Amino acid sequence: MRTFSYERAASPDAAAAAAGQATNAKFIAGGTNLLDLMKLEIETPAHLIDVNGLALDRIDATADGGLRIGALVRNTDLAADGRVRRDYAVLSRALLAGASGQLRNKATTAGNLLQRTRCPYFYDTNLPCNKRKPGSGCAAIGGFSRQHAVIGASEACIATHPSDMAVAMRALDAVIETVRPDGATRTIPIAELHRLPGDHPEVETTLAPGELITAVVLPKPVGGAQAYRKVRDRASYAFALVSVAAIVQPDGSGRVALGGVAHKPWRVEAAEAELPRGAKAVTARLLADARPTRDNAFKLPLAERTLSAVLREARA
Amino acid sequence: MTRVSFDVNGEPHQLELDTRTTLLDALREHLHLTGTKKGCDHGQCGACTVIVDGRRINSCLTLAVMHQGNEITTIEGLGSPEQLHPMQAAFVKHDGYQCGYCTPGQICSAVAVLDEIRAGIPSHVTADLIAPVRLSNAELRERMSGNICRCGAYSNIAEAIGEVAGRSA
Ligand SMILES: Cc1cc2nc3c(=O)[nH]c(=O)nc-3n(C[C@H](O)[C@H](O)[C@H](O)COP(=O)(O)OP(=O)(O)OC[C@H]3O[C@@H](n4cnc5c(N)ncnc54)[C@H](O)[C@@H]3O)c2cc1C
Ligand code: SF4
Ligand code: FES
Ligand code: FES
Repeated sequence: MRTFSYERAASPDAAAAAAGQATNAKFIAGGTNLLDLMKLEIETPAHLIDVNGLALDRIDATADGGLRIGALVRNTDLAADGRVRRDYAVLSRALLAGASGQLRNKATTAGNLLQRTRCPYFYDTNLPCNKRKPGSGCAAIGGFSRQHAVIGASEACIATHPSDMAVAMRALDAVIETVRPDGATRTIPIAELHRLPGDHPEVETTLAPGELITAVVLPKPVGGAQAYRKVRDRASYAFALVSVAAIVQPDGSGRVALGGVAHKPWRVEAAEAELPRGAKAVTARLLADARPTRDNAFKLPLAERTLSAVLREARA
Repeated sequence: MTRVSFDVNGEPHQLELDTRTTLLDALREHLHLTGTKKGCDHGQCGACTVIVDGRRINSCLTLAVMHQGNEITTIEGLGSPEQLHPMQAAFVKHDGYQCGYCTPGQICSAVAVLDEIRAGIPSHVTADLIAPVRLSNAELRERMSGNICRCGAYSNIAEAIGEVAGRSA
């Protein structure tokens, strides 16, 4: 690990301002992704700003009946919150399907959204990777690409976003609240938080340098039967090959987002009109532009079957 | 170097550490509490599990300087050879290990798992998110999935935890 200086921020504004001032600074929350990558020198911040003391660890009701989730709320606490279990079950389910009990106790709402890909070549510093070292090439293209993206990828990068929580938040139309180093605040719909890789896979989000996530807001509950189904190589403590977050209303309408298929949670609102016609029709639309590799073509039928199982469960 | 103070197993400690020191290395290399083990050093095995302010975490993926003022419990603090914690005694009784390397992490995790169930925290296998969480073997196994045992002592580990859970339920 490279050396770094360390400070505990006193307020969200001070944290963002400090990030704006220091060169090569990073926020550290749970640390479960950042430290992992720092040990491998894939992340090499010169300064760490510890945001754990910022009192952003509450879940409050909003005026319009939704919930404001502080950026530092731990994954365990978010999944266990009574309001989330009752009104946003897809979110509890997605969180509980991720990582392990120990990791969820540390992992935070903002850190989970901003965790980096699990592409094995991103982790292997001996091999080319445009995300880790822009311009060096992509070892996954033409390599072993079983876990990689089937849609929205580019000639530069075919990595997926590994979060389960983000997929549920995409289905719930969550909104991210931030503060920038100059003190300006803004909101970002989750659909616009994560980028597709394009020519710059190293730029993963639309956050500005030093921009701090302060909260994630869920709009008022939409009801319906909510489910998150994750398919993986072992029954627990493994990342998704494919996952489906779905909200299905009694009249057959609903929402669907996929995990494990793209560089961001994958949702195409127009595809949801096909829900009354079943999983095949929805996934045909949702994954119409898919360009899988030989190794990961299985994800297309797997996504359809997983959605089919979710719909059957939701309508039971 | 940065100064940090926290309690470990009820005793206050003040350390001056390189900021890069993980909590795991602070416990093992600086406080010489070698019960907590380093398996993968990347959050993938659970050997380094300790209990911080009542919650189990992977001590390899957190910096010591981030634990100012915390209360940390390691396997050494749960019980002693003369006075074993019920979970330690159950692991001995059920032979819940072979090489023993994963055992301190398994035991710290198991103790915290029973607290999590008592606190009503749901898991991936909890069928009903609204009803109170019910203790079952499936619940215990899912919640222990963050602790890998290379020797494959899982069935005996599950029996040990099940026995303590049955008693405390
Ligand atoms: C073995 C293992 C298995 C896992 N399995 C899964 C899984 O199955 N599913 C899953 O979804 N995840 C999984 N994870 C990933 C885990 O969910 C993430 O590591 C965790 O959510 C990251 O949160 P954190 O608070 O620890 O982030 P940190 O490591 O602290 O930070 C991550 C990034 O976010 C930035 N950041 C943190 N907070 C803020 C903020 N407020 N504003 C702006 N930037 C911020 C940091 O600078 C850093 O770049 C696994 C991890 C491990 C180690
Ligand atoms: S897929 Fe993306 S992250 Fe993986 S090696 Fe290629 S550029 Fe790197
Ligand atoms: S050593 Fe910490 S999880 Fe393996
Ligand atoms: S007893 Fe050897 S690793 Fe579990």
